[in-house]
Amino acid sequence: MNSSIVVVVLASAVAYGTPLLYAALGELLAERSGVLNLGVEGMMLVGAVMGFLAVQKIDGAKGVVLPLAVAVAALAGAVAALVLAFLVITLRANQIVAGLALTILCGAAGLSSYIANDFELATDPARYSFEEVNAFGLQDLPVVGPVLFGQTWLVYASWVCVVLVGLYLSRTRPGLNVRAIGEAPAAADAMGISVTKYRYLHTIAGGAFAGVGGACFSLALTPLWVDGLTGGTGWIAIALVIFAFWRADLCLVGAYVFGAFSALPLILQAKGYTVTPQLFQALPYVMTIVVLVIVSSGIGRRRLGAPASLGVPYVREER
Amino acid sequence: MSLPRVRIEKRLKQRRFLMVAVPLGSLVVAHIAIAILLVATGHPPVATFRRLFDAAYIADGALTNSLIAATPLAFTGLAAAVAFRMKLFNIGAEGQLYFGAIGASGIAILLAGQSTPVLIVAMIVGGAVLGAAWGAIPGLLRAFLRTNEIITSLMLNYVAALVLNYLIFDSLSYWRDTSATGLVFPQGKPLVDAATWPVTTIGSVAIPFGFLVAAAVAFVVWVLYTRTRFGFEAQVIGDSPRAARYAGMRTRRKIVAIMCLSGAIAGIGGASQMGDFRHVLDARGLQQANYGYTGIVVAALARYNPFAVVFAAFLLGGLQNAGYTLQSAEFPSGLVGVMQGMILFAMLGGELLVQYRISLARPVRHVRPQTESAS
Repeated sequence: MNSSIVVVVLASAVAYGTPLLYAALGELLAERSGVLNLGVEGMMLVGAVMGFLAVQKIDGAKGVVLPLAVAVAALAGAVAALVLAFLVITLRANQIVAGLALTILCGAAGLSSYIANDFELATDPARYSFEEVNAFGLQDLPVVGPVLFGQTWLVYASWVCVVLVGLYLSRTRPGLNVRAIGEAPAAADAMGISVTKYRYLHTIAGGAFAGVGGACFSLALTPLWVDGLTGGTGWIAIALVIFAFWRADLCLVGAYVFGAFSALPLILQAKGYTVTPQLFQALPYVMTIVVLVIVSSGIGRRRLGAPASLGVPYVREER
Repeated sequence: MSLPRVRIEKRLKQRRFLMVAVPLGSLVVAHIAIAILLVATGHPPVATFRRLFDAAYIADGALTNSLIAATPLAFTGLAAAVAFRMKLFNIGAEGQLYFGAIGASGIAILLAGQSTPVLIVAMIVGGAVLGAAWGAIPGLLRAFLRTNEIITSLMLNYVAALVLNYLIFDSLSYWRDTSATGLVFPQGKPLVDAATWPVTTIGSVAIPFGFLVAAAVAFVVWVLYTRTRFGFEAQVIGDSPRAARYAGMRTRRKIVAIMCLSGAIAGIGGASQMGDFRHVLDARGLQQANYGYTGIVVAALARYNPFAVVFAAFLLGGLQNAGYTLQSAEFPSGLVGVMQGMILFAMLGGELLVQYRISLARPVRHVRPQTESAS
């Protein structure tokens, strides 16, 4: 039963949803503080290439090198985000243009490709990669076994991150401050919260998550280097944050739903239906638009709205 | 807090020399940053730059190829500039260009027996109409349901790409080559020779017809924004929507109109891809080129001035062309993207100097403003 195609596809939906989930959690943190970072794809690629580089160049046992590589990836994403944060927070640059610039700078035809080319990363597969771990010996359970308990450490860690980010935003003082800044930076500033500091920290944390998301590709899913191996996941992550109404728990659901939609045509084709794969592939994007319309209309705006200051630089003198 | 405080104040008047000095300074800063990167990774910076500029603007045929790379960027740059000026952040030029290409090639297949001038006009109109239609979706959503156009236009890029894939790879559509080879290797129907746009040759440089069209569009946009009531109102709406509504301007209509115009320009860019260069609905090639996103970079570099957009497109087109030309050699791949990103970052940073005055103030004690009004 566990080798049936449905289970295989579900398991791969979880595996492929994981980089999306990391990136979306990062974007969630940034957006909650009011920074719309369109550079996710670029930060992911920089994380992916640096993580891969670390695996290839650091000597040591597998159990040491892999976590280290993930840390390097997170750091790389964070540094990329720092550049963006400086531009959009301190220099008040347009967030959309700056985000796109970051993606072009770091992206498939930019820095990530430059680094990969310079260290000749495309020649060899990764020395170590994350492998599936049989969690609590439950991998052999029907259906849920391979889907939930036969995944890599990166997947299990992502669940912890979802809980942590969710609790942080909804149950802690700093989390409340972040949400306040996202809604009304002037009011938050008047309360004595440093808008600049919070926005910097959350944009950078978002970059670190995106970097780890990128590393999911180069260290687990496709442990070799191809330019642009994230294949647009960063852009879907931006959609996912909206789709999930800016909530961490729904990011998890959404990531797997999006993952399943890209896998669904395979199931149906295998069952002998003639399907148009583009129809399913387009669904996440169309659903995101629908959700966005609901969110921005009357009812949605009150309960589920986007952070009100999203994308707007905060200038104390101009409030 | 005894550090000297940096004070940043908005300039009331923009100083003229800064509008020139800052972009030039940004270019210098960007090149220094890239030179540092090159040295750090063991490449000779001067020689690398020289090869790059040689391949972009100097070598035989370089200018011709740079113009080919610049043409779509001029269109998508103008599309972005038109919308961004009104603070409508249409990042959907990518998808609107695809639809323009679909419209133009569809009409060229339909009117296969016609003469070249008829076909050119038909293709431009077809591209513009479908591009405008695709741009109208985020425009209507924004105008009537207040839905953020940034995200919707971004999402629609992916939908447009999937439509393109469907037409060529997963259906026997009107656009697909259904001859024997076309069924095995999916590709678009080749357009008739009469649908090939003419080339103007000056000296040894061939100027694509599309580039001239882009220049004409730039002129129209300039007239529209500086000489007409429509353009004036659009800018007021962008700067201060409340004031615009108070003055009785029709905000919603204008939002839809600007999004359609932006989409139409990107759509003509798609038509130019069909007429000037590709002559077949090339689903994969169009998607790999990322014209739409690079166009936003072009528009930002040009500070949304239509004539500067054409010039910036030429500069970035040159870089891209050099990137392709040097791809095979031991030239550092990815350098072109790094350069584009760095130049734009430096420009964005420099923008602060144009808009604001920065001064160092000595730490002042005990002088906190008593009445800090919260708005």
